[in-house]
Order: sequence, then C-alpha cells, then structure tokens
Amino acid sequence: MSHYESQVREPLIIGHKTYHDITEDIARPIENKSGKLWWFAFSIALVTFLYGLGCIAYTIGTGIGVWGINRTIGWAWDITNFVWWVGIGHAGTLISAVLLLFRQKWRMSINRSAEAMTIFAVVQAALFPVIHMGRPWVGYWVFPVPNNFGSFWVNFNSPLLWDVFAISTYFSVSVVFWYMGLIPDFAMIRDRAKKPFSKKIYGILSMGWGGKAKHWQRHEELSLVLAGLCTPLVFSVHTIVSFDFATSVIKGWHSTVYPPYFVAGAIFSGFAMVQTLLSVMRKVMHLEDYITRQHIELMNIVIVVTGGMVAVAYLTEFWVGWYSGSRYEDFTYFSPGAAVGPYWWAFWALIICNVLVPGLLWIRKVRRSFFWTFVISIVVNTGMWFERFDIIVINLSRDYIPSGWTMFMPTFVDVGIFIGTNGFFFVLFLLYARTFPAIAQAELKTILKSSGESYKKHHTEDDHHHEH
Amino acid sequence: MSTKTIYGIYGDDEDLLKAVRSFNKEGIAIKEIYTPFPVHGLDKAMGLKKTRISDMAFFYGLYGTTLATTMTWFMMNHDWPQDIGGKPSFSWLENMPAFVPIMFELTVFCAAHLMSLTFLVRNKLYPGAKAQNPDPRTTDDKFLMEIESSDIDKVKEAFINTGAEEVTVRDLNIA
Repeated sequence: MSHYESQVREPLIIGHKTYHDITEDIARPIENKSGKLWWFAFSIALVTFLYGLGCIAYTIGTGIGVWGINRTIGWAWDITNFVWWVGIGHAGTLISAVLLLFRQKWRMSINRSAEAMTIFAVVQAALFPVIHMGRPWVGYWVFPVPNNFGSFWVNFNSPLLWDVFAISTYFSVSVVFWYMGLIPDFAMIRDRAKKPFSKKIYGILSMGWGGKAKHWQRHEELSLVLAGLCTPLVFSVHTIVSFDFATSVIKGWHSTVYPPYFVAGAIFSGFAMVQTLLSVMRKVMHLEDYITRQHIELMNIVIVVTGGMVAVAYLTEFWVGWYSGSRYEDFTYFSPGAAVGPYWWAFWALIICNVLVPGLLWIRKVRRSFFWTFVISIVVNTGMWFERFDIIVINLSRDYIPSGWTMFMPTFVDVGIFIGTNGFFFVLFLLYARTFPAIAQAELKTILKSSGESYKKHHTEDDHHHEH
Repeated sequence: MSTKTIYGIYGDDEDLLKAVRSFNKEGIAIKEIYTPFPVHGLDKAMGLKKTRISDMAFFYGLYGTTLATTMTWFMMNHDWPQDIGGKPSFSWLENMPAFVPIMFELTVFCAAHLMSLTFLVRNKLYPGAKAQNPDPRTTDDKFLMEIESSDIDKVKEAFINTGAEEVTVRDLNIA
C-alpha cells in the first residue's frame, strides 16, 4: 500500500468507514429534520438574542449613559466583550490555517466548525465597536472615504482605526477562506439533494463545482496560500486589538508584552470555546467517530501550552510591575494592589480560572475525559472574560490622580447586551449546524486511508505477513 | 467513425492513479478527471502544469502594500499634515511605525481576496453556475475519467483492463 503512517499515531477516524459512509454521516444532519432539542436550544438562543437587541436599541435611543461606565472608567463591559469575542474567534483560524501549515491531519474533522465559530464570534465582536460609540450613526466616518468636508480624512495614528482595518480584514478573509473550503462540500450536498428547493440553494452555494483535476490543484494551492496569509493575520489582529491598550499611557496598559500575550490568551480561550461546542456537537450530531478522544486531547494540549504562555505573561507583568520602580505600577493588573484592592475577587477569579484549573489538563486522565474537558473549557472562558475585565477596569479604576479613583458597576443593559451576543452567537451556530456540512468531508476523505482505524489495522496485518 | 465521449468510473483513488499511468503509456489522451477530493499526485500523473495563482497572490499583496503606503502618505502627510498628539507629520517615514498595521492588513486583504477571485474566475465558478461534473456520484465516492475518442473499443477495453466499475459512451454534444 502506498499509504504509510506510523502505527504510533492513533487513528483519527474510528470504525470501518468508506468514502460513502463519510458522505452519509456528514449529510445526515442537513437532510433530516431538526429534533426537539435543536428547537429548544434555538428558541432560547433566539429569545436572548432579541433581548440583547432590545438593550442595544435602548442604548442607542437613550444614550450611552444607560451603561455602568463613568467619567473615569469609559471602557468596561463593551470592550471587555469585544476583546473576549475576538479572542474566541482566533482558535478557528489557528485550527484551519496554522495547523494546515504544520500538516496536522487532526484539524480536518474540526476545522469547519472552528471556522464557523470564528466567523460568528467576530460578528459578535464587531457589534461592540459600533454600539459603544456615543453617535453610532456617524460610525461610517471611520472609513477614509472622500467627502464634502474638504475631504476630511481619518487619523491613521489611532489603534482604534487599526482595529477597523484589522477586524474587517480578519472577518472578510476568514469568511472567504471558510467559503472556499465549503464549495466542494456544498457540491456534495447539491448532488445528493432530492428536493428541488435544496438542490437549487446548494447549487447556488456550490457555484457549479465539479471536482476537476485542475480545479483541485488550484484549490489546494489556494488553501495553502490563504493559510499562509491567515497565520500572520490572526497574530496581527489580536496584536492590533492589544495595541488599544498597549499604546496608551495608562499604567498597567502600557506594556510591550501585550501583543504576544493577547494572542496566546486568544488561542487559549478560543480553543476552550471549540471544546465547549465540539463536546456537545459530537454527541448530538453523532460525529463521535470523527471527533474522537484523540482530537479532544490534542486540543487540550494546545490549551495547556497557551495557558502556560498566559501564566508566564502574568508573572512577567507582576515582575516588571515591581522591577520598574514606578509607584504607579503597584496598582496595576497583577500587581499587589490588584490582588488585594477592591477588585481582588476579579483578580483571583482570573488566577483560579486561567492558571490553576486548566493546570489539571497536565493529567492525562483529565485531558482525555470528555466530561472534564467540557467543564474546564467553560472555566477557561470565564477566566478569559475576567482577564479582559481586569485589564480594562482595574487599571482604569485607580489611575494617576487619586481624586479620580472610582469603581464600576454594570447595569442591566451592559449585562443584557452581553447575554444577547451569546444568544446571537448560538442562533448563528445552531443554524449553521443544520444547514452546513459540519465537517470538511472532502478533506477528511483524503486521510481516510492513512488515518482510518480499519485501514490502520489492515496495514498492521500486512506488515505482519511480510515478516513471515 | 465519429468522436464520442467515454466515461469510466472508478471506485478507488489508487485504481484511478494506476489507470492514469496506464493510459499515459497507451497514449490515450485524458480529457478530464472528476474526483470527490484532491487525489494526491493526480496532477503530476496527468501532466498538469503547476498553477500560478500563488504567484498572482504575491503581486496582489504588493498592490495592497502600495495602496496603503500611498493612502497614508497622501492623507496624513500631503493633504492634511496636522499635529495629532505630537506625532511628526513632516514626512511619511517619520511617522511610518504607526502605518505598519494598516500596510500589513491591506497587503493581506488584497492578496487573499484577489487571489480567491482569481480562483473563482479561472475555474468558472459563480453563484448559479451549472454543475460541472457529468455524474453526481463524483462528489461522493466515485472517480470519473472522461475521454474523447473515435476509437471507442480501444478506450473501453483500456477502462475495463484498469478496473473501471462502469463505462458509458455518449455523443459529444450531449455531454
């Protein structure tokens, strides 16, 4: 056989599968009707989404003062949630682009859903820069468009403008990368469709794809180059998001470790979100043979590695805060002032959720357990929300002038909008899971013969025969 | 003898690759092959030239960098050279570090999008296009080889000898 793979590697596709079985398994959720559970989850998500929309409308109609922010703390839940959602999105690109460059075959059964997660998370993130504006109706002024004010341009020195470029590039390139991968899979659904309506829809979506040899050659080149472009893109986007803080003069924000540290945190929380989603998805959509314990363990290892990087960054901040000799640095993020100050609970929530609990993933039994993976993934995302909250609010609450010191208390509108974005995210994700091929079947079929369980067994037997 | 289109369907990618090599030896020209997934080595076996869309992506990227450089220079240094927070606006180079994020993003933006567009245009893919594969099974688990020939018997035999599961002959215009 031409497919050689070391027997040390665990199979990535369980059971005796053929190419056709993969097609069937991936098409099943699209071709069958939604179950009660789906409608239940979708209803809850839709209601929370609508509630969040109401809160957004209330904010825009009444004024930004309905939020808990004040004259000292001008950024709080809005930008916390923005950074949190952008961070969640990053794992999707990491899985589809970085793991492609490293030729990691295990990415193939998870990349489609991870990319969907990216896109839906970036949609949530992109809401915040708009709705946190005092006058969102002139939000289009951030674009350098020729105009009637003597062509009054934008200021390219601001990281908030870099954000506009970074987020819109990230979103649009992610969508295109995802879509290009979906074309052959939509074609597969199109060719199976029995109802004229779905045949029409998937016919439009698949753009006439036929799987010609030349087209596949170009498709693989396109995927590789897009992966090569997305990898620096994903690093740059969260770097630019971190510049919102790092380029400021606020103590605790003005830190050169932010760009890599934010990126590590983004991967950390993003992978946690992938784990949360996939551990449910594999059960509900019966994809256990494709999203295996091995996939879960490998993602947990990525979480441990990036969690370690984040922990090192916390220590660095702590150390540099002391080493700087600046008295202002004593109240910063991760400095003694933060640990025992009025926001001590937020500080310790972060240490427990981001450093101590994910540390359990060093234990093999824990990181191979579906149950503990699910629990820890939620803990990590809670911790990463607190990380952004701590960075933003703790540093702002105690700034250079003590007469400006204050506290922040969110209002129901702050909370409502955040819950609403969670609802919106799940509305999109649940719709995706019913209508899109959740696994990149064309990619998965390329590794069936090298990483499928029955094929691997077959190879072992072959080797055995050769020895005698 | 009129020229006809002959389709041979294979059930396995390795059989397909072997068949391509044996067709090459026999001097039968392959018109097209439709596969459900990228079969490794198929483009080499068929003698397809390397694609140049990645070379194009490089130039699209250069275009993006140029666009960002020109735009930041024109707006920040030429049109309205203002003092915003003490940043030097006398020349582009002095304030260049602040433009790096924009230059980077626009490079990636242009390279990625224009390359994807090139991909779609070159492959004649657009919303509403007719499916290009003659048999719907080729997006599932079948591999289809298309040959245009007037020597139908020879091609048929070659298909059967290389393990094709199904051979069909159609008039050219119908395909």
